Amino acid sequence: MESINFLYELLGKNALTITLVVILPLGFVLIYALVAILAELKTSAWIQERLGPMRTGPWGILQPVAEVIKLIQKEDITPAKADKLLYNAAPFIVFTGAYSAFAVIPFSEYFAPSRIDLGLFYIFAVGSISALGIVMGGWASNNKYSMMGAMRSVAQLISYEVPAAIAILSIVVLTSTMNLQEINKLQTGWFWNWFLFGGPGTLAKWWIVPFTIILCMIYFIAALAETNRLPFDIPEGESELVAGFHTEYSGIKFAMFFFAEYAYMFVVAAILTTVFLGGWNSPFGNLMQGPGWGVFWFIFKGFSVVMVQIWIRWTLPRFRVDQLMYLGWKILLPISFVCFLIISLYVMLK
Amino acid sequence: MGELKRLDLEYNQLTSDKMRLNVGPQHPSTHGVLRLEVVVDGEIVTEVIPHLGYLHRSFEKYCEQMTYVQVIPYIDRMDYISAMNNEWVYVMGMEKLMGLKVSDKVEYIRVILAELNRIANHQIAVATFGLDAGAFTPFLYYFRDREHIIWVFEKLSGARLLYNYFRVGGLAADIYDGFKEDCLNIVKRVRKTNEELMDLLILNGIFIKRTANVGILPPDVAISYACSGPVLRGSGIKYDLRKDEPYSIYDRFDFDIPVGDGEVGVPGDCWNRNIVRVREMEQSCRIIEQALEQMDMEGDVKELVPRRVKPPAGEVYMRAENPKGDLGLYIVSDGTDKPERIKARGTSFVNLSVIPEISKGYMFADLILILGSIDIVLGEVDR
Amino acid sequence: MVQYFKTIWSGIATTFTGMKITLKHLFTKKVTIQYPDENFPLPETARNRLFMEMTKCIGCKNCAKICPVNCIDIETIKVSPEDPHKELHRNGKERKLWVPTFEIDFAKCCYCGLCTEVCPTDAIIHTKEFEYSEYNRENLVYKFHTLTPEQTEEKRRLLEELDAKKEKEKKQDENKPGNKETPGEKRE
Repeated sequence: MESINFLYELLGKNALTITLVVILPLGFVLIYALVAILAELKTSAWIQERLGPMRTGPWGILQPVAEVIKLIQKEDITPAKADKLLYNAAPFIVFTGAYSAFAVIPFSEYFAPSRIDLGLFYIFAVGSISALGIVMGGWASNNKYSMMGAMRSVAQLISYEVPAAIAILSIVVLTSTMNLQEINKLQTGWFWNWFLFGGPGTLAKWWIVPFTIILCMIYFIAALAETNRLPFDIPEGESELVAGFHTEYSGIKFAMFFFAEYAYMFVVAAILTTVFLGGWNSPFGNLMQGPGWGVFWFIFKGFSVVMVQIWIRWTLPRFRVDQLMYLGWKILLPISFVCFLIISLYVMLK
Repeated sequence: MGELKRLDLEYNQLTSDKMRLNVGPQHPSTHGVLRLEVVVDGEIVTEVIPHLGYLHRSFEKYCEQMTYVQVIPYIDRMDYISAMNNEWVYVMGMEKLMGLKVSDKVEYIRVILAELNRIANHQIAVATFGLDAGAFTPFLYYFRDREHIIWVFEKLSGARLLYNYFRVGGLAADIYDGFKEDCLNIVKRVRKTNEELMDLLILNGIFIKRTANVGILPPDVAISYACSGPVLRGSGIKYDLRKDEPYSIYDRFDFDIPVGDGEVGVPGDCWNRNIVRVREMEQSCRIIEQALEQMDMEGDVKELVPRRVKPPAGEVYMRAENPKGDLGLYIVSDGTDKPERIKARGTSFVNLSVIPEISKGYMFADLILILGSIDIVLGEVDR
Repeated sequence: MVQYFKTIWSGIATTFTGMKITLKHLFTKKVTIQYPDENFPLPETARNRLFMEMTKCIGCKNCAKICPVNCIDIETIKVSPEDPHKELHRNGKERKLWVPTFEIDFAKCCYCGLCTEVCPTDAIIHTKEFEYSEYNRENLVYKFHTLTPEQTEEKRRLLEELDAKKEKEKKQDENKPGNKETPGEKRE
């Protein structure tokens, strides 16, 4: 099946349209990041019984804009003994890594920037580019804290890619495709067709439902670790490493790291949505189903996942680096393997 | 291509370079301007050297040029988080030197204020300890509650942090109407938040993993380093001056001394030091309730305050159980209105000295937690 | 093995308990006070910027002496009986000392409140005013004295004349108080 891109249908496939297709997610990321920053500020404030920013605009809704303007204005400092080339390139590489993943994210039935049959593989592949950027930044800063943060970051990313990949792979066994658009299409219908609840099928699927839920949780935990969010934010763990790999960064480059983190948060939320939560499908069968609604449902679900990430961040303390490894290798990995086996068994028996 | 060289590796010869890391004085988790020179082997701490003196204000020397009354604002600035308790030690010492016996009402007010300040101090200690572990939300819940204690202090003394409220022979001002209700409200609040925070932070799986069995301070080491307060009691030693050497009117109250019992982890680890503080808040609440019940609201709090504090020549050593531990003040008087010498035994200073001993071999992130669990205030370390 | 699953379970369970608590707090009433718009009412006892009522001041310098950081600067001149400018205190007695200089350096002040306690006439008091930051440190030196420099000069001249007159009259008396002496110092 060919996945459909409404822009190509509308305007034909030429250089201009391709540029447009490339830029469209960028616009989305920028707006989304501002909203997510505001959500983070406000949620954290409300959880802590504060009001949060209230001065910039009504109820402080312009606060993220003000912060971005502030960060752009700030002096861009490069430490004297830093490796200038790597130091300056790092934030852009991190952002590129996060942004490349948007290439395959299906926003709607009629819009996914690129149709790649190995979409999931592609996301895991480009996701690692961010790690490269973080190492470059941490190493080139010529700061001991930055270096420790970078080292931790790599260790963490590598460890958590594995359970995340296994969790996704288990679903791929069910779908027998890696094209994200196809996975979405399989989940059309009511919410019990989502892969969170075992995917489409008869009631015979009931005995894999607990395992798909566990897989969803495993992916979510691993995703938290990959995005360096609390409780897994040890690469930038502020209480010990000051700010971790971006200790020395300031101004626009710091903003790039910041944007990349929020963009990557949405990427993992989008994968979770697509793979487990039905993507752009309405939870209520044909009710509110359609191309326009598709965009709404996708962004709504994705943003809900982001909100849960924010909620967890303001609840939990931080792991220690060895405990993080323990959790990754000794808890998440075995359990995801068990789930993988059981789901494979189910597919074999079906 | 040349021949591949065979690498003869013996694993015990493989050593990694150690890194010397300066933690502080500008670091988010050193609780002030402490500088720790840390030698780390990867993530593992092999050596810790504390460097002090960034907040040295020559308190002891300054006191020699001050009259006895003027010392009180300076005493406040030692352990600025529990200023009431600091003042109390000094004021009690001076009363002992001058042979004054303050009225019961004054004693009760002092006990209530000292216990309120103990709660405030422990709230900060537990809150910042949670912050060191990465939990930001409990920090603000505790600060929200601490504000109520501070409002009571502000209404009494006029200041929020450095009260200058105790006087030799009495207090600076009488209590206000509604003091009792305010205190009871605080007690209710403290209990409610503590209950909630037990679930949110202290019994949280990650928090237990981070703090239990970390930074174990064995009882014998704690004694040989002269630790006191929750640091000592966290190791399982039941030692509290309020019980063992009752000063003021502490023998009239019924309260327990919580010790680290190894309910989670082992006695002497960070979790046990922390839980001692949480339980001490509850005991302080009990003392406040009893004191409010027994207190007589009538009476003048200033009747014994002398116009000029001029103790006879002599010397006195006064110590009391401060929130952070045993604070001792050695006051030498030569009969004039200025002290000949005041020497302070800073609790935080003594407790801090145990850091190099107990943080070796733990991870770098643990070092921050160990430091947080010892609960130091740099104002008292450097004085 | 049992321990392994127990740990996992307790981790998950405590995480959900924590999340439940934070969710509950998400909807509770907020405690923030929007500061410049709304103010927390300060108690009557609040110790903030000092205010000096010069008509009450008798120039005893007690406040300057008790101040632990020496932030109060006072100068006094004895009132000459020939001074046409008379001033009455609140209690009806005549002013004995002019206070040509009364400066408080709020950059130094530690707001301990000792000066307000020792003041015999309650001339120096703490106000509730706490918003008075300045760009220039010199602006924090508040001058409370009401006498103009000309008046001060006049008083000083009058006193010198009086002293010269007295000197002439009683040369043998050595214990005469000088023009800088104050009742406060006499007590020492």
